[in-house]
Amino acid sequence: MKNIILKADHVTKHFGGIKALTDVSFEIPQGSIYGLIGPNGAGKTTFFNVLTGIYTPDEGSFIFDGKSLTGLKPSDVCAAGIARTFQNIRLFSNLSALENVMIGRHVRTRAGIWGAMLQTKATRDEEAAIEVRAREILDYVGVAHRANDLAKHLSYGDQRRLEIARALATDPKLLALDEPAAGMNATEKLGLKTLIEKIRKDGMTVLLIEHDMKLVMNVVDQLVVLEYGKSIAEGLPRDVQNNQKVIEAYLGVSDEDMEKAQAEEVQ
Amino acid sequence: MTNLLKSENPSLRWLGFGMIALALIALPFALQWAGTAWVRIANLAVLFALLSVGLNIVVGFAGLLDLGYIAFFAVGAYTYALLASPHFGLHLPFYVILPICAAVACLFGVLLGAPTLKLRGDYLAIVTLGFGEIIRILMNNLSQPINITNGPQGITGIDNFTFFGFDFGKKEEIFGFEWSGPLKYYFLLVAILMLAVMVNFRLKNSRIGRAWEAIREDEIAARAMGIDTTKMKLLAFAMGASFGGVAGGIFSALQGFISPESFVLGESIIVLAMVVLGGMGNIWGVVLGAVLLSFVPEILRYTVEPFQKMVLGQVWIEPEIIRMLLFGLALVLMMLYRPAGMLPSAVRKRELAKEE
Repeated sequence: MKNIILKADHVTKHFGGIKALTDVSFEIPQGSIYGLIGPNGAGKTTFFNVLTGIYTPDEGSFIFDGKSLTGLKPSDVCAAGIARTFQNIRLFSNLSALENVMIGRHVRTRAGIWGAMLQTKATRDEEAAIEVRAREILDYVGVAHRANDLAKHLSYGDQRRLEIARALATDPKLLALDEPAAGMNATEKLGLKTLIEKIRKDGMTVLLIEHDMKLVMNVVDQLVVLEYGKSIAEGLPRDVQNNQKVIEAYLGVSDEDMEKAQAEEVQ
Repeated sequence: MTNLLKSENPSLRWLGFGMIALALIALPFALQWAGTAWVRIANLAVLFALLSVGLNIVVGFAGLLDLGYIAFFAVGAYTYALLASPHFGLHLPFYVILPICAAVACLFGVLLGAPTLKLRGDYLAIVTLGFGEIIRILMNNLSQPINITNGPQGITGIDNFTFFGFDFGKKEEIFGFEWSGPLKYYFLLVAILMLAVMVNFRLKNSRIGRAWEAIREDEIAARAMGIDTTKMKLLAFAMGASFGGVAGGIFSALQGFISPESFVLGESIIVLAMVVLGGMGNIWGVVLGAVLLSFVPEILRYTVEPFQKMVLGQVWIEPEIIRMLLFGLALVLMMLYRPAGMLPSAVRKRELAKEE
């Protein structure tokens, strides 16, 4: 059996009366591409925010790479090896693409205030290494030609790729992508699929929130479906696709079925 | 000029730096010729530049609006005054006290930073404003039960800088030329400012500087990218405060007398105006803003009255009123035509530029 890199254990998060997540549990095998899908408002992004320490879960916990993530700050979660992108792109938009990726190296580098002020040899070497690595990563995701352009001047697809590059710069074990294909055209989506597969091949685990069913079903190994904050199905794409609950969640229930269900309830 | 400094050709760049250095060396002698008072004004201008460079770390780099920055200046000034005046009978040398000033101000920076970490924008501005006032009022009232600050009377007889018998306050003849006290201070101050500017540049282009920029751009993304925003914001406050503390110590020695009067809210606003007018985030811009805002009022003071007497026969408008009028006009014109400051930082310019 493969190692489990991330285990979500009965994760619950409520905002007042809104049950954003209730008792969500699943396990992500190391080296896999794992999908997290569900209709709008199902709690997918909340799940990301709880996972990365932006919110603390009301109940439950995450075990990542054998260690609990409970109570860690977002920066510590990143240091532990989880990097994420955002559904609504959150690049440092007035900085260049290169600077964005260089900021991603922050967590894996050490230079402190004294090193910066005194410009010691160690600091200068590290600084040079940061830039070299950042350029490599830009090249890896395919936006090297825009290195010196401002993030906000990049095309939408390139901004998505740049966000992935910035996340990769933190040397993550688990890369969490929040709707990376949103707003992309068919060609860009195809390129994204290739990139995600390349990232997995290079040893990382990918957790993917995505609305584009064609992309999800093509790229993921396993997936979990959320509806109203609850996990309603889990498993291989082809099993999930045929799951009655999932079909209902996405397509709604036909009148006939609804009547049948009501009749059952009455009995 | 700025083109020379940014030139790819190193010899051209050195030529640019050489010209600036020459101008900086010649300036005080020219001012001395106009009167020692002008050298004193130049000294205050350099001091304010030092303050602005410090505030630039907090406001320009990390994007934390601080309206109580003068508090750190006050803390530094009082630290120096207490350790080098007859008030406690302590007379430590300045090169020992200035690091203490930096350390004490740094501590106060962390003290202010810690409770305000979750605040942003307007809210942070209000809390820092309150902090500035608290420090001033504290200085005003710390004369009882134990007399620490001597209250509103302030502290007098503060020592000049002396370095193994070389007294920065005393007039003396060196190389057959008469050096007044302010003239000697001038060169020390410029040296300290250059050091501060260098440190500022190094911080800006470092891992720490990038982390500050990230926080200013998008705090949530910065945290998700592994930047400990708590630590980095505290560091920005602490660094900015240290600069303010050193400037305060120098101010103490320059004036020989300090009282809470010197550290009112208006001074915080002026320093902030220097940063904003010069160009937030741009180190040379900030220095330029400080020099202009220090010199122009003084020039007005010496010209407005004689000019009115000459032309109109009597003084119709006080220099102070003209100063405020011009200041307001300058701010309005800046907002309209150069919203990012006289020498905008590259990033601010982009931020304020219209979307293409």
